[in-house]
Amino acid sequence: MSKILVELQVNGESHELAIEPHRTLLEVLRENLGLTGAKEACDLGECGVCMVLMGGKPVLSCLVLAADAQGQEIVTIEGLAQGGKPHPLQQAFVEHGAIQCGYCTPGMIMTAKGFLNSHPAPTEEDVRKAIGNNICRCTGYKKIVEAIMDVASQNAVQSGEELAKV
Amino acid sequence: MGEQQAIGRSLPRLDGPAKARGEAVYAGDLNLPGMLCGKILTSYLPHARIRRIDTSAAVRVPGMKAAVTGQDTLGLGCGPTRFREKSLDFLPLARDKVRYIGDAVAAVAAVDEDAASAALEQIKVEWEELPAVFTPEEAMQPGAPLVHENMPGNISRRIVLEGGDIEAGFRQAYHIREDIFNTSSDSHVPLEPHTCVAKYDPPGYFTLWTSTQVPYMVKSDLARLLGVPENQVRVILPFVGGGFGGKSDGVFSLDLCAALLAQKTGRPVRIAYSREEEFICTRRRHPMQIYLKTGVNRQGEITARQARVIADGGAYSGWGHASIYLAGLFLCLPYRYGAYHYEGLRVYTNNPVSSAMRGHCAPQVQFAGDVQLDMLAEDLGIDPVEIRLRNALEDGEVTAAGFKIGTCGLKECIRKAAERSGWYTRRASLPPGRGVGIGCAGFPSGQGFRLRPDIPAYTTAVTRVNEDGSVTLLCGAADTGQGSDTVMVQIAAQELGVRPQDIRYVRADSDITPADLGNYSSRETVFAGNAVKEAAARVKEKLLAFIADEWQVPEESLEIAGGEITCASAPDKRISFAQAARGWQEKHQGKPLVGEGTYDPPDKKFYEAYSFGAQVAEVEVDKETGQVKVVNVVSAHDAGRVINPMAVEGQLEGSVHMGLGFALSEEMVVRQGRVLNPALVDYAIPVAADMPEVECVHLEVEDPAGPFGAKECGEGTVGPTAPAIANALYQATGRRFLNLPITPFQIVKGGDGQ
Repeated sequence: MSKILVELQVNGESHELAIEPHRTLLEVLRENLGLTGAKEACDLGECGVCMVLMGGKPVLSCLVLAADAQGQEIVTIEGLAQGGKPHPLQQAFVEHGAIQCGYCTPGMIMTAKGFLNSHPAPTEEDVRKAIGNNICRCTGYKKIVEAIMDVASQNAVQSGEELAKV
Repeated sequence: MGEQQAIGRSLPRLDGPAKARGEAVYAGDLNLPGMLCGKILTSYLPHARIRRIDTSAAVRVPGMKAAVTGQDTLGLGCGPTRFREKSLDFLPLARDKVRYIGDAVAAVAAVDEDAASAALEQIKVEWEELPAVFTPEEAMQPGAPLVHENMPGNISRRIVLEGGDIEAGFRQAYHIREDIFNTSSDSHVPLEPHTCVAKYDPPGYFTLWTSTQVPYMVKSDLARLLGVPENQVRVILPFVGGGFGGKSDGVFSLDLCAALLAQKTGRPVRIAYSREEEFICTRRRHPMQIYLKTGVNRQGEITARQARVIADGGAYSGWGHASIYLAGLFLCLPYRYGAYHYEGLRVYTNNPVSSAMRGHCAPQVQFAGDVQLDMLAEDLGIDPVEIRLRNALEDGEVTAAGFKIGTCGLKECIRKAAERSGWYTRRASLPPGRGVGIGCAGFPSGQGFRLRPDIPAYTTAVTRVNEDGSVTLLCGAADTGQGSDTVMVQIAAQELGVRPQDIRYVRADSDITPADLGNYSSRETVFAGNAVKEAAARVKEKLLAFIADEWQVPEESLEIAGGEITCASAPDKRISFAQAARGWQEKHQGKPLVGEGTYDPPDKKFYEAYSFGAQVAEVEVDKETGQVKVVNVVSAHDAGRVINPMAVEGQLEGSVHMGLGFALSEEMVVRQGRVLNPALVDYAIPVAADMPEVECVHLEVEDPAGPFGAKECGEGTVGPTAPAIANALYQATGRRFLNLPITPFQIVKGGDGQ
């Protein structure tokens, strides 16, 4: 099959790639760019392990054609840490014991990141619904929800402090 | 001392940061130079003879590199329970015959997935379809088609267990019940489907990175299947995305196919099961029909229990020869029976293969046993908590099936679960449509049977102190997510008196780490933990003997903690662990300072260190729609001394999740041998919003068999959830539910009795 040229913005870097038009974003991230943090487990959008951010919103990268991701800022789990420092969600997942086998973890963290971007002060129930498309077979979700709520409350404290400064 | 303690602390798991960064490498993340993509052709017929396989058109597909069929194998069978020749009936690549929809018949390797898929389509198989059997009842009919020609009556294994005089036990009974329970065909669904990368190095060396719970079994079985000495197969354990028993059968089709294709092409080959293949072609929980007859005296104490279990084994043995035995043993946990009789029948069918799944048959039989106990309580007018306290096993008892119980915190678990859940007040005050129920379970921490005469060690470990005083721990235990790597490091750190972060843990690599039977039977904490503790103790002994000699003090006066060695009789003397290790090495011409440990359980027939647990569940039922909401679960568990509270909670909470699915929603629907719902959208695993509030209560009962008194915590905990929910549903609806899963349809239909 003839290939097409696509340009992807991933984790702040630009990549020009020649790919078959039917390649999914997940395939291109994993195989062409070597970004294997986003996992593959169903290829049908049913489990959430492939979640990445596209334009700040969580998307199932197994259901997005790479060609359709052009012109959008893609962030994967590898792009979350800043200046060598883990993102607060990454830190919270580790400290709260929200990780066991770890296979759902990157997708879960990206979903949480996208959700908190648009819902800075969620309730626990909001969080449970927000991760409804992410299956975890190990933890029973409790510590995952606690980790996300912990970061949400840190954010709330921070934005409160910022408001106080103004 | 508090901060120096490495155990009893909620140390975040050591691989957590790598997993959170997306940097932990699973088998599917490996990308070796020249690596090919492998795919497997599976049978679409449940039972058929293979007349001919023609791969000539397939090899002409562009990008296609090689194909293999059963003719490329030695035609040997394999299976995890090597102690029984008859159980080695699984051919990872079928040769003459297929026995279920999903049996592997050929495999290809190509430059990419598209080419591999195109090549698979070009493989022509000539079949001779055979009559098939799809239920144990059909399979046991006289003259039924045989799944395995050498197994008459399709009986995979029949086993009878007896304890005490069953007739006398029933004669003593004041009241007797007989009920039939059915449990479903559950799937493990690890989030990471089975994945394998195989590499071949001439003249005959194979390296495998495979998602397994049992790397040493894979090594041994693969060497046998390939006809090479064991040291020509190296199995390296990458990070594994969950197992739950589903990755404990040793070699799966993908392992052998990838190895053969790598050999044939000279290039590394990766095979990853799709989610659909993961459902169909791996293993599942044994669906069981459980007939249970129980007699109780006026006080509700069980005088006799008789069980007949018929398990649908599917097409091959898997762990089944052990499973049907274990069902009989585990039914005797966690209660005391005056007399016991068990008959277990594992039956071959042309269905997907049944094997071990978290709890290994305990959740099925303990569901039946516990729900029936609730019914007996009702019949006698005894409170469900009270009847459990009256029958609960205690320290030092021997079960009706012969288990010698060490420590048993069950009564305390029952009391704690009742107290924390507000049992007595909630039970009396809940409105219609709401209910509380209790369930109990017990489970061993690893088995003493010699299941694998080919692997001499139960479990072994090596500690090595490096030149700078840091420690490397080599252990073959397989952490597939449950957290044993971290627990092993905590145990070694405690024994050596160093910080956990000073220890580097080397995961299973059969060329480097010493042997371990693998991660099943909840054996890692007690078995590998004891081996690690011993390996650390050997180093400690060497160091203390050396320092005692240097300081001219008795060895007993030395203490090793907080990264240094001190002396009770000479308080001014102290030396850091690192300096002491360096001194030892200098004195011994730079010899490596190593300690070896092993664990060989004293009881070769049964088990070690039993965990116990009780859970109280509260449910809310919508009688119109049959929807069940489990509102909360209190889980009180005796896991012995808790090495890592956060990790144990993770196991308890995860168990409630899996128990919830087992109780209410999870079922692989199999009709005429075909799985109708091999997808996550159709196989209903609970999501975050389905989960109840879960409160964990740890009971710290130190067991002398475990390292620092620890016991298992990952499997026994699955047992109580389903009976607790079913018993709660009885209060909520006034109906008994004896068949799992209890779907909304079952609720609306009105249950199965009373």
